[in-house]
Amino acid sequence: MTPHMLTRSLDRGATIFLAIVAACGILIPLSNLLLPAGSFLQVPTYLVALWGKYVCYAILALSIDLIWGYCGILSLGHGAFFALGGYAMGMYLMRQIGTRGVYGNPILPDFMVFLNWQELPWYWYGFDMFWFAALMVLVVPGLLAFCFGWLAFRSRVTGVYLSIITQAMTYALLLAFFRNDFGFGGNNGLTDFKDILGFNVQAEGTRAALFALSCLALIIGFLICRAIVSSKLGKVLIAVRDAESRTRFLGYRVESYKLFVFTVSACMAGVAGALYVPQVGIINPSEFAPGNSIEAVIWVAVGGRGTLVGAALGAVVVNYAKTFFTSGVLAPYWLFMLGALFILVTLLLPRGIVGTFNAWRDSAREKRTAAAAASAAAEDGMVQPKMAE
Amino acid sequence: MPAHLSARLYSLALTLFLIAFALPALAGPFEDAVAKFANDDFSDTEEAIGVIAGSGNKLAFPIISALQDGRLMADPDSKKVYVTGADGKSIDAASGEAVASVPDSASAVRLNNRLRRSVDAAIGSLTLQSPDLGTRLQAAQSVFKSHEETALEAVDAALAKETNRSVKAALGEARAAILLFKPDASEVEKLEAVATLKARGDQDALALLTGMGDQPALVTKAAASAIASIQNSLAVWSMVQNAWYGLSLGSVLLLAAIGLAITFGVMGVINMAHGEMVMIGAYTTFVVQEVIRSSYPGLFDYSLLIAVPLAFLVAGAIGVLIERSIIRFLYGRPLETLLATWGLSLVLQQAVRTMFGPTNREVGNPSWMSGAFELGQITITYNRLWILLFTLAVFAILLAMLRYTALGLEMRAVTQNRRMAASMGIATSRVDALTFGLGSGIAGIAGVALSQIDNVSPNLGQSYIIDSFMVVVFGGVGNLWGTLVGAFTLGIANKFLEPVAGAVLGKIAILVLIILFIQKRPRGLFALKGRAVEA
Repeated sequence: MTPHMLTRSLDRGATIFLAIVAACGILIPLSNLLLPAGSFLQVPTYLVALWGKYVCYAILALSIDLIWGYCGILSLGHGAFFALGGYAMGMYLMRQIGTRGVYGNPILPDFMVFLNWQELPWYWYGFDMFWFAALMVLVVPGLLAFCFGWLAFRSRVTGVYLSIITQAMTYALLLAFFRNDFGFGGNNGLTDFKDILGFNVQAEGTRAALFALSCLALIIGFLICRAIVSSKLGKVLIAVRDAESRTRFLGYRVESYKLFVFTVSACMAGVAGALYVPQVGIINPSEFAPGNSIEAVIWVAVGGRGTLVGAALGAVVVNYAKTFFTSGVLAPYWLFMLGALFILVTLLLPRGIVGTFNAWRDSAREKRTAAAAASAAAEDGMVQPKMAE
Repeated sequence: MPAHLSARLYSLALTLFLIAFALPALAGPFEDAVAKFANDDFSDTEEAIGVIAGSGNKLAFPIISALQDGRLMADPDSKKVYVTGADGKSIDAASGEAVASVPDSASAVRLNNRLRRSVDAAIGSLTLQSPDLGTRLQAAQSVFKSHEETALEAVDAALAKETNRSVKAALGEARAAILLFKPDASEVEKLEAVATLKARGDQDALALLTGMGDQPALVTKAAASAIASIQNSLAVWSMVQNAWYGLSLGSVLLLAAIGLAITFGVMGVINMAHGEMVMIGAYTTFVVQEVIRSSYPGLFDYSLLIAVPLAFLVAGAIGVLIERSIIRFLYGRPLETLLATWGLSLVLQQAVRTMFGPTNREVGNPSWMSGAFELGQITITYNRLWILLFTLAVFAILLAMLRYTALGLEMRAVTQNRRMAASMGIATSRVDALTFGLGSGIAGIAGVALSQIDNVSPNLGQSYIIDSFMVVVFGGVGNLWGTLVGAFTLGIANKFLEPVAGAVLGKIAILVLIILFIQKRPRGLFALKGRAVEA
């Protein structure tokens, strides 16, 4: 990524967005750690964890926007990549518990001891090393997305068919991870974590650092997405979204482009999941539920698909609303609101918040320039002002 | 004085006479046997059981079954024995007269394992000649299972009197089982027994044959061949059983998917709220049954017949409403339709949860849907059978409707070429609304049927939606026959994978297979050909 590419990819909205995320990433942890507890400006630790969760969701939304907004691939199974990344991190955290588990087994996690397993399954090897787990966070979702996408895109499974089979994929994984003999803790999942890289996951300092890291990951993810969509590759992606057959007839290998962006997106979702798990302290199979993936899609739709900033904004806004409503007396009505959000956004606000705002700004700007041109022309007294379209 | 004496003698004789008639066996072997229970001695008890079982007294069965349940109380002081009923009333075991209360000194007659076996055998032989056909059959089967030598006489006696064919067969099998285990039975008898068991050919017969121990060489040989033949036939029956389960699952899948095949296949609309239409149908059944229970209890057996048209109307009306208010604005934007209808499904679920509560609601089976019957070695429950027939009927009606009615013609025209159909004067938007209503209505009917075998809860629909989509995608969009074949293929494949891989892994395997299958045939098993595909 050259500096030239970076500057080209950043318009004003993107710059503002990055500035806000960076400011949050620095100021919130600092205020949490340095200011005295109870002070007006101090951010309580529970809020740091909560907002850290939102930031992870924002990364997930970004990854969905990359493929849906720019390439027209509606994945209803992105929660699966998110959860796989989370499980990879969870496995590392489980291995870090060591002898502090209930059964005190230095190697086997508690649930394996409970199931009377004698040794670690082969796929748990290496997860005691952070670098390996971090690699797997990228590799496992990426590999699954690559295989899945390779099969799907090559045989030109598109549109709703792709959506449905991605949903089937996450559903199959949900069923698999619920099984005890699958070796990932069954329906309890992985939890009761102690340390990450030697720091206590419950400690305020660790939480603040994780929050800052999540913000950093969001910034990096955003820059990668911007770089992709504003490059020549991005133009082809948009062409695929708008007219797939035509792009193919023009000589582009559509499936390669799709496969690339799908894999990148899955890796991003994996990172989001990996950051999510230490902050919420648990990962269980319900993260694979098809409903979660669809909910993530609606964040993007609310914020505005194909805008990147909108995806992140939508994730934060919808999840903030969810926290707000589900914790109060309005809790029974939250599903009504969420459902209505799905319907109203698709019917009335198809471009989402940011998309609608951009359209409004562009048309206002156009009017202004038209008016300026008209008044300039009128001053010159040469031609009649052009009628607005 | 003599007159006086003679009068007394007379009255004594009369009394004795009366007693002799009323209680024909006073102080006879039966009463003696009953009194033996009070001795608290296992060998006396065993003797008593044998005498009572063979006495033919009508009190024999209550006494022995009370003994089995620990309800037979014996008073060691007065040597009286009482049968206490489950309802707290007691009778004197020897006379059958009701007694006000059992003395405190009485305690339950004790049994040991050997006695328990003879009690079981006694009960078996006592009920072998019961006037009730079902009891006789059950008794014969219990003798078959226990194959106690002591029951042989009773079985032979019953066999001689028996006229019913199935009971006779059961008695014959019981006799064979006894003979097989009787050490002093002749070789011919044993060979006959093996042949009888081979003809029975089920798991129980197999267990008897494999566990019969040392036998003459000829018998062992015959038994080995019988075992092999039974195992073969059992394997075939288990295939048949799996196939039946598969058909049953397939019919459920077809029922859930058939409405989807209309909305998705014919209109190209992804309706994620389809499962909720099924749920609405199930709740309609619940409401109908509630009304019937509270107001017209006699109509309960007809509740499903009433619920079917109502569910069709309710779900269909909601479907038309959805099409008019949401879907029609989203034609040509399938991904947005998917999201909007998902939102709708959340709203509908929550609405039902608010109205009926989050827990499962009780939907009963009418009498004609409960129970089961045996077909060879497999059991077929009536509700599964009815659902299979019902599904096929719905399918046939739908097919006929598409083929022979004006609306069906219009629907096919709109599917094949919307603009051409519009040019021909078909009101396409009206057809769209009706088609969507039809698909939803059929989902509602599916809900009536599924309420019989599944929990009626707000989440009912969600559990079917992915499966239904799989069926439609697998079978091919826009083709009802594809849906039929898809549903039954997936159902049967699932049930044949289950014993091999387990229920969950089987399901995962099916999902993976479908995902791979779509790579090969992206448009499903029976794809529409021609330009319609790219539309």
